[in-house]
Amino acid sequence: MTTDPPQNRGLTAIDGAMALIVILLIVQIWLLSATLESYLAGHPEAALPGAIISGILFAACLGLYRFVDRIDSEVRGG
Amino acid sequence: MGWFRKPSSTPLWRDEFSVHTADERYVNRRQFTKFLTLTSFGMLVGNAWILAKSAIRRAPAYPRMTVAVAGEIAVGSVKIFAYPTPDDPCILVRTGDDSYVAYSQKCTHLSCAVYYEKEQNRLECPCHQGFFSITDGAVLQGPPQRALPRVALERKNNQLNAIRMEGGGA
Repeated sequence: MTTDPPQNRGLTAIDGAMALIVILLIVQIWLLSATLESYLAGHPEAALPGAIISGILFAACLGLYRFVDRIDSEVRGG
Repeated sequence: MGWFRKPSSTPLWRDEFSVHTADERYVNRRQFTKFLTLTSFGMLVGNAWILAKSAIRRAPAYPRMTVAVAGEIAVGSVKIFAYPTPDDPCILVRTGDDSYVAYSQKCTHLSCAVYYEKEQNRLECPCHQGFFSITDGAVLQGPPQRALPRVALERKNNQLNAIRMEGGGA
């Protein structure tokens, strides 16, 4: 049985974070299109919750990017 | 970069253009993650723009406009007019001796012009076979999801005046 070298473990964590960001981004794209459609249909009340949730999703993406950046820094000893 | 990673003694160009092949995998992934995060920021800006537009949106002030004189059109006939702006075509239908209804002529599906189908007493969009009730503009059949915006009419003496738009997101 072989163990993963630390370099590859870092890559696995980054790949996982990237997959999460992609999922969050798909949700955010859907949210933007749904909010826009709602606004154009004359229902602007959906704009505020849409913006708040989009902000939360962006904060999550930023957190994951920070995580990726830190792992990159630690593994490569930057 | 100081906000995200520990201060590095190596110059930035060495971080971004690593001479080690193994390190390239990290650089590529980090840069792609940065691109995804910026895209996410773009989505947030889009939502914020919609929010700002909603905040400054005011209830439109509709003009009072004479669209027809009573008796000008026969029962079962129509008259096309523009309301509230010259770019908003509307259709006035005389449904009875003393009853008139008016709706926006733009189909709520893809904005094709609807017309009055006298035999079935309904409004029809010929582009995708959408049908609307002549009574209240509700969707009877077809791809449209929303009712036709209705033009509120007021009868003053012998004149039919359009006073505002109702429903359909107007």
